[in-house]
Formats: sequence, structure tokens, C-alpha cells
Amino acid sequence: MQTTLRIALRFLLAKRRAMMMSLTGIAFGVGFIILTQAITAGFQAFFIQTILGADGAIRVADKNQLTEVSIEAEPVKDGKKGPSVSVKVESDRKYIEGVVEPRLQIEAIRRIPEVVGISEVVRGNITIQSATREESAQVFGINVDNHLAVSDLGKQIVFGSVSDLRASSSAVMLGTELANRLKIRLGDSVLIAYGGQSIRYRVAALYETGVRDIDRIRIYMQLEESRILLKRPFGATFLQVSLHDPQRAPEVAKVIESITEHRAASWQEREKVWLAVFAFFRILAAITVSTIIVVSGLGMFNTLAMIVMEKTKEIAILRSMGFTRRDIAMTFMLQGALVLMAGLFLGFVLGALCTLVTENVPITIRGIFTTDHVVVAWEFSHYVLAGIMAAVVVAVASWFPARRAARMEPAEIIRGASQ
Amino acid sequence: MNTDQKNLPNGSSDGVAIRCQKLSRFLGEGEGRVHVLREVTFEATRGTVTAIVGPSGCGKSTLLYLLGLLDRPEGGEIWIGGRNLAQADDELRTAVRNEHIGFVFQFHFLLPEFSALENVMLPMQKLGRLSRSAMQERANKLLGSVGLGEKAHRLATQLSGGEQQRVAIARALANQPSIILADEPTGNLDVKNSAVVFDLLTRLAKENGQAIVLVTHNPEIANKCDSVRPMRDGVFVGKEGS
Repeated sequence: MQTTLRIALRFLLAKRRAMMMSLTGIAFGVGFIILTQAITAGFQAFFIQTILGADGAIRVADKNQLTEVSIEAEPVKDGKKGPSVSVKVESDRKYIEGVVEPRLQIEAIRRIPEVVGISEVVRGNITIQSATREESAQVFGINVDNHLAVSDLGKQIVFGSVSDLRASSSAVMLGTELANRLKIRLGDSVLIAYGGQSIRYRVAALYETGVRDIDRIRIYMQLEESRILLKRPFGATFLQVSLHDPQRAPEVAKVIESITEHRAASWQEREKVWLAVFAFFRILAAITVSTIIVVSGLGMFNTLAMIVMEKTKEIAILRSMGFTRRDIAMTFMLQGALVLMAGLFLGFVLGALCTLVTENVPITIRGIFTTDHVVVAWEFSHYVLAGIMAAVVVAVASWFPARRAARMEPAEIIRGASQ
Repeated sequence: MNTDQKNLPNGSSDGVAIRCQKLSRFLGEGEGRVHVLREVTFEATRGTVTAIVGPSGCGKSTLLYLLGLLDRPEGGEIWIGGRNLAQADDELRTAVRNEHIGFVFQFHFLLPEFSALENVMLPMQKLGRLSRSAMQERANKLLGSVGLGEKAHRLATQLSGGEQQRVAIARALANQPSIILADEPTGNLDVKNSAVVFDLLTRLAKENGQAIVLVTHNPEIANKCDSVRPMRDGVFVGKEGS
């Protein structure tokens, strides 16, 4: 092996310029795969963090409509009906809006070990009016402490304090987007109208989740106050549930559905469109950038094929002195492996450096989340992915020339060289 | 292995290093197919130099490649070290080449990226019997014996044609093989270098008790050999001469 490696290295160095091109291509390909994956995964993770912080891992809403079905226990005999059994069958299509008996449901859900917190929410469409403007919005009635346990609301407050909301039933918390539209500031009063009745509230805090659709719609107030405003003394619109491991939300949601007979939607299900968009861009970026590696692989294939053509006499003499076909194949596979290792090392360093630099590049994004710089994810799996892609390309590019070299018949080469 | 092995003389007895019986070989395909070797029988004993002579295309080199296990015959047997290797698997034939056979070709076929010393060490490294320092010592000794001790660390490309052929001889002797097969070893050299190379090859091989089989067109070289086997149209003709 050591001798084969030495031969591979010498053959490689004899073609160092051509091999440097392949090596550079692999290094750039690997580096750019790492960079694009770091960026796309970074934004995806940030988006997930944002939606988990705003809407929790699972939302339980709408009781399943159970349909009662009668089944004959015995077949009809002599025109007489036998005894029948009646069972409740779950229907996928019909729901009773909202959560029935929320406290009982909370009790049941709390027993699931994965669950960290549960917040009961009463929601209603209202009209909010400032001194100058009027907007349509939604009131979210919450128990402040419970909701802080299932969201990042506490961290999302940009003006004011959550304690003011906790302390006063006339306090409301608005998103910055809605506050800007209404041209109101912290401490201003607003009029909230529902069902022909208007109540005045004081703006105790302003929050910013980064999700525009949330920040321009949601108005948080105390749960009991929302029941009065929306005239809903019982029930809840939904329960927001947080988990130890948000990745397990789909399976926990199924458990909740079976326990509570309410529809439970995981964040993966709620946001599947956006998640599909992110996945699409990740795959697209990987495919696009991997073409650099593929092109480098073609270059390497050409170079190795050229070495095989030029080294036929050397291959013949190596075979004549006792090197096996496998040794010869290994010589060419090792040349690929040497370039791969150098390319991977340079590519990993390049990818890490580019990620580091990109992390500090300013970029303003508002809409599905808010950020003022590029968000990146440092994940080992990106390096593994880039390494595997490069290894597969190099293995294929090396294998064909190696096989050709190994199949050469020394007698034919020597006979040809001597004529 | 052939069941008649016990009854057949093989390469391990009576100082016979290599023996072939009724070797047949065709080259080419279709209408261009030529019967190059016609049931050739031959043997070479240790410590002797045998020259195979004959016109171009008579089958000399083909016989040499078959004896060297670089090629497979359509029929016949090749006995080396008590084993019939004519149709043995590639791994075994390669291992036997490494241990028992040394080649010297018309063109030296040195690896140009390696020094003379490294070229001589290659067969030893493949065999793997000696330590690295022992290999170096032996390679240096061999290069010294072919008069290239001072140029051991020069790349093959930095040596003259005659010097490169002398390195090839040292390389052929590296694993102390029992058989040296030389295909026109002086064919690419001037008269002076031809004499030097031939003398070296025969002297070193005889010192080590190796059988040398030499293919040559050069009558002067052939006349210096212990025996001469003329070939024509794929068969040995006339009596073995000396």
C-alpha cells in the first residue's frame, strides 16, 4: 500500500498543473456547498425559531365532530331487526369550532411528558381605532404567564413591559406594524370595537415577532378581559402547546388528537408550504453548486485517463515486476483520493471562512421574519454532505481510468513498445 | 494442477529453473489470426545463458512473454518452482513473477519519476521481505555492481540510455529471481554499451546461479551464450548449439 501510494503521488505530481485545476474545482465546490447550505439552513432555522416563538409547537383547535353509526349485531330475520350496536366514528371533515372544556383538555395534555407548557387563547376579529385611523385586527386573550411559557413573547417586546399587561385588565399589547399603521405610541389609548360595543384600552407594550402578518394583526390582552369583550364566557379558540423537542411535534400532535378528540396541528403541518419552499431552495442550491464539483470531476477523469494513456509502459513494467491488477487500480484510485483529501481540506476551510464572513453581511429582511444580517447555521452535516458529494464524484472519475489501467495486458504493451 | 505432474519433469528438479512443454499461441483475430508458437518445448537451467535467435516474427518474444507469465498460451504447460502456471490465476502468476522472474526489455521501462535507487527498490517493496534499510542497502549494492553507485539518487531521466539499461538489470536482479528473461536487452544500445550490458547481465546472473533466457538478433551476443536455440515459424529448428 505504501509503495502504491508513493507511485500514485509521483504520477500525480507529474501532472500537477492539471490536477491543481481539479483540486481547485473540488475545493470551491465543497466550499460553496457548505456556504449555501449554511445560509439556507440558517434562514430556515431562524424561520422555524420565529414561528415556534410566535405560535408554539402545536396548536389544538376545533373539536372533532363524531358521527354516531349503528351497526346491526345480527342480520335481519323474518323482517325483524335484531339488536344493534352504536359506535362513534371520527369524521375527518366536520369540526366543532374552538376548544370545548379547555381546562379539562389542558389537564389531559399536561400529562404528556413531552409537553412543556399550554396556553389557552380566545381569539376574535375586532376593529381598533386610534385618534387618527382605524384598522381591522384580532384580539388574542391570554393568560400572560401561561403564554410566556409557550412563546417568545417576553423577548419580542420592544417597548413597554409585559408586567403592565399582567397588572391591568385595560392594558393591551400591539405589534409594531399595527402601531405604526395606527400612528400610536406606548401609553396611547385605543378603542376596540366588537359586536357594536367599544371599549377603551391603554397600549402597555409593543412587540415585534418579525412576522409581518402577526405584527399587524394581533392584539394581546388578558384572557378574562377578552371573554368580556368578545362575549365568550366559555371555551377557547385554541390551545398553544410548547414541547421539549419541537421536532417531535407531529407525533405528539397525534397523541393529543387521540386524547382530546380535538384537531391538533404541529408547526410542521401549519408551515408546510414555507418549509417546502426552504427545502426547495436548499436542494436547488446544492444541485447548482454541485455542478462545480461535477465539472471538476470531469477534469479529473480526463487527467487520470491521460495519465493511464501516457503511463502504459510503466503499468506494464509494474505488472511484470509483480504488481497485481488491484495494485495498478489502487494507484489510480489513490491519485483521486489524494486530490479529494486536499480538495476537501481546502474546501472545508474555504466554506468555514465564507460562512464566517457571510454571517456578518448586512441584509434587511422583513416579512416572514425580521433580520438585519445574513443568518447562517453551523452544522457538521453540511460538511459531511459536501464531503460525500465530492467523494462520489471523485470515486466515479477515478474508477473508470483505474479499471482501464488494471485491465491492460502487459505483454501487449511491451510487444507494442518493442515494435 | 495437472494430474500427471508426478510423471512430468518440472522446473524444480535437475537445476531446471523453467520448463515449458508444447506451448501454443495464436495472435490476432479472424483472418489475421496467426499461429505464432507451435507446440514449443524448452527448458533453461540455473547458471546458464540461453539465447533464442531467429528472424522477426518467428515467435521469440512471444515465447519469452509466455515464459515470463505475462501472456497466456492456448495450449501447453509452463513449469516454474514445481508448479504448472500456464493457466494459473492472475494473482498467482503475478506473485511468481515478483519472486522468481526478472525482466530486462529492449527499452528500459524505468519509472521516470523515481530515482535509480527507487526503481531498483520497487520489486523488493512489492515482495516485502526486507526492511526498508535492507532494501536500500541491497539496491545500492546492485547499482554499485552495475557501476552506477555514484548515480543512485539520480532520476531515471537524468541517466544515459546505457545507464538506464544497467539500472533495469539491477532492478531485474533485485529479488534474486531464479530466472532472468531478457528481450533484446542490447537492441537499443551502441556496440560498446551492448557489450557492457551483456557482460554485466551474464556475470551477475552466473554469480547468483540464475537461468538467463535471452532473445537477440545480435549474432555476437548470441555466440557468447552457453547455448543458442534458433527459431523459425514458431518452432525451434536445428540442434541446440553452443
